[in-house]
Amino acid sequence: MSAPPQMLRVEGLDKQFTLHLRGGLHLPVLHAVELAVHAGECVALAGPSGAGKSTLLRSLYGNYRADAGRILVRHDGEMVDIARAPPRTVVQVRAKTLGYVSQFLRVVPRVPALDIVAEAAPDRSREAAAALLHRLNIPARLHALPPATFSGGEQQRVNLARGFIGGHPILLLDEPTASLDAANRDIVIAMIADAKARGVAIVGIFHDAEVRGRVADRLLHIAPLQDAA
Amino acid sequence: MTDETLLSARDLSLHFGKIPALVGVDADLWPGEVLAVVGESGSGKTTLLNVLSGRMRADAGAVWYRDPARRLHDVHAMPAPALRALHRSDWGFVHQNPRDNLRMAVSAGGNVGERLMAAGNRHYGNIRAEAIDWLTQVEIDADRVDDMPRTFSGGMLQRLQIARTLVTHPRLVFMDEPTGGLDVSVQARLLDLIRSLVARLNIAVVLVTHDLAVARLLAHRIMVMQRGVVVETGLTDQVLDDPQHAYTQLLVSSVLQA
Ligand SMILES: Nc1ncnc2c1ncn2[C@@H]1O[C@H](COP(=O)(O)OP(=O)(O)O)[C@@H](O)[C@H]1O
Ligand SMILES: Nc1ncnc2c1ncn2[C@@H]1O[C@H](COP(=O)(O)OP(=O)(O)O)[C@@H](O)[C@H]1O
Ligand SMILES: [Mg+2]
Ligand SMILES: [Mg+2]
Repeated sequence: MSAPPQMLRVEGLDKQFTLHLRGGLHLPVLHAVELAVHAGECVALAGPSGAGKSTLLRSLYGNYRADAGRILVRHDGEMVDIARAPPRTVVQVRAKTLGYVSQFLRVVPRVPALDIVAEAAPDRSREAAAALLHRLNIPARLHALPPATFSGGEQQRVNLARGFIGGHPILLLDEPTASLDAANRDIVIAMIADAKARGVAIVGIFHDAEVRGRVADRLLHIAPLQDAA
Repeated sequence: MTDETLLSARDLSLHFGKIPALVGVDADLWPGEVLAVVGESGSGKTTLLNVLSGRMRADAGAVWYRDPARRLHDVHAMPAPALRALHRSDWGFVHQNPRDNLRMAVSAGGNVGERLMAAGNRHYGNIRAEAIDWLTQVEIDADRVDDMPRTFSGGMLQRLQIARTLVTHPRLVFMDEPTGGLDVSVQARLLDLIRSLVARLNIAVVLVTHDLAVARLLAHRIMVMQRGVVVETGLTDQVLDDPQHAYTQLLVSSVLQA
C-alpha cells in the first residue's frame, strides 16, 4: 500500500501585522513556519496564548495574507498555493477542499441554524444537515431558529456542523471544543476520529490537553516571536 | 467555471472640476460573482457604478461587457439604443431610492410587468402571472398586485424595485446602497432576500455600500475606495479581517463588528 498523500504543505511562512493606526507598528507573529500534513493525519498547534496559532490557521484558510512563503493545498489533484492564488481560486478551494471551523460562529440575522449548515454544502441534502445537527445534540426545535439567541456551546456545535457537513478533505479547527461539556466534547472527538479514518487531513488548536491527546498524531509548537524594534 | 470576465474596466478616471471622483480604477467581475465597492461617503462609489453601467462617461478608460454569445462590447462606445436594450434585458440597476426606478402612478404588478413587456413579452396573462410570482418571491402578498406603490412602506418599495429588476433574469445587477435609509429590522429582511435570490439565480452583482457588514454578508470580493482611488481589493473576509491599507484599517476599526 502506498503512503497517504500529502494534503497540505507550508514552506517558510512569515506573517506580520502592520498597525497603521499605531504609527505603523510592526507586529511579527510567524517566521519560517514549516508544516506538512498527510491524509488521515491530525496535527495540533501548541503554544501559549497570543503565540500565533489562530493566525497560522487563518493564513492556511486564506483569511489572513501571508507575507512570505508558500501554503500548498492539494485541490483537484494539484497543489495550489493559497498564499498567491487569486481570490476566485481561494473561493473554489474553500468550497471543495478546505473546511474551517472558526472559534466563534458568525451569526447572520434571520438565517435559521439548519440553513446555516445546509448552505455550507449546496450538494448535500437538508436531511444530512439536520442529521449532523442531531448528532451534535442540537434538537429539532432549534433547527428553524437563528442561532443568535443560542448558548455559546450550542453556537459552537452549529459551527461544527457547518464545518463538517461539506466533507472537505482538509479541515482546520480552531478550539472546537472550548465551550462544550464532556458529553458533547466526546461527540466532537468521535467526529474528528471518523474524519481521520476517512482520510481527512486536520490541523487544529485544542486548548484541552485531553482532547489534544486523543485526536492529535503530532504537535507543531508555535513560539511567540520577539517584538521587532 | 469560465475564466472569462463578465465586466472589465481599465484605468477609469473622472473629475468633477477639481474633485477626483475616479482615479485610474480597474475592475473585473466574473459571472455569478458579487463584488462590493466600499468606502466613505464621497469616495466615488456611485460614480464608479454609473460609469461601469454606462450611465455616465469617464474622462478616460474603458469598460467592456461580454454578452451571452461571448461577444465583447465597449460599453461607452455602444449606440444609445443598444445600451438601453442591455439595461432592459441582461442588466438591472437597483437604486438606493426605489422611487428613482419605480413608476409611482402604476400598480405594483404593472411595475413588474412593464419591465417584462419592455423586454419583449406581449402575453398579458403570462405577464400578470409572472408579476404575481415575483411579488411573492420578494415577500409581497399577491393580493397587493393592483395596489399603488405609494401605499407601500419603504422596505416594500425596495422589494418591489428588486422584483421589477430581477423579473427579466438579468445576468448582471448594479446596486447602489440597496439597504440605505431603511430601519435595521427592514434592512435585515432585505439583505436576507438579496442574499438568497442572488445565490439561487447566480447573478453577478456590483454592490455599492458604505456598510462593511452588508459587504461581509453578500460579497465574494471587496474593493475599497478613498477619494476616487481603489486602495485595496481582495477576498471579502481577508480585506475585512486582515486589512493592509491604512484607510481600510481605519474603516474596519471604526465599526463595532463587521
Ligand atoms: N487581524 C489582526 N490584526 C492585528 N493583530 C492581530 C490580528 N490577528 C492576530 N493578531 C495578533 O497576533 C498575535 C497572535 O494572535 P493569535 O494568532 O490569535 O494567537 P493564539 O491563537 O496563539 O492565541 C497576537 O498578538 C494578536 O493580537
Ligand atoms: N454630478 C456631479 N457633479 C459634481 N460633483 C459630483 C457629481 N457627482 C459626484 N460628485 C462628487 O464626486 C465625489 C464622489 O461622489 P460619489 O460617487 O457620489 O461618492 P459616493 O457614492 O462614494 O458617496 C464627491 O466628492 C461628490 O461630491
Ligand atoms: Mg487562538
Ligand atoms: Mg453614493
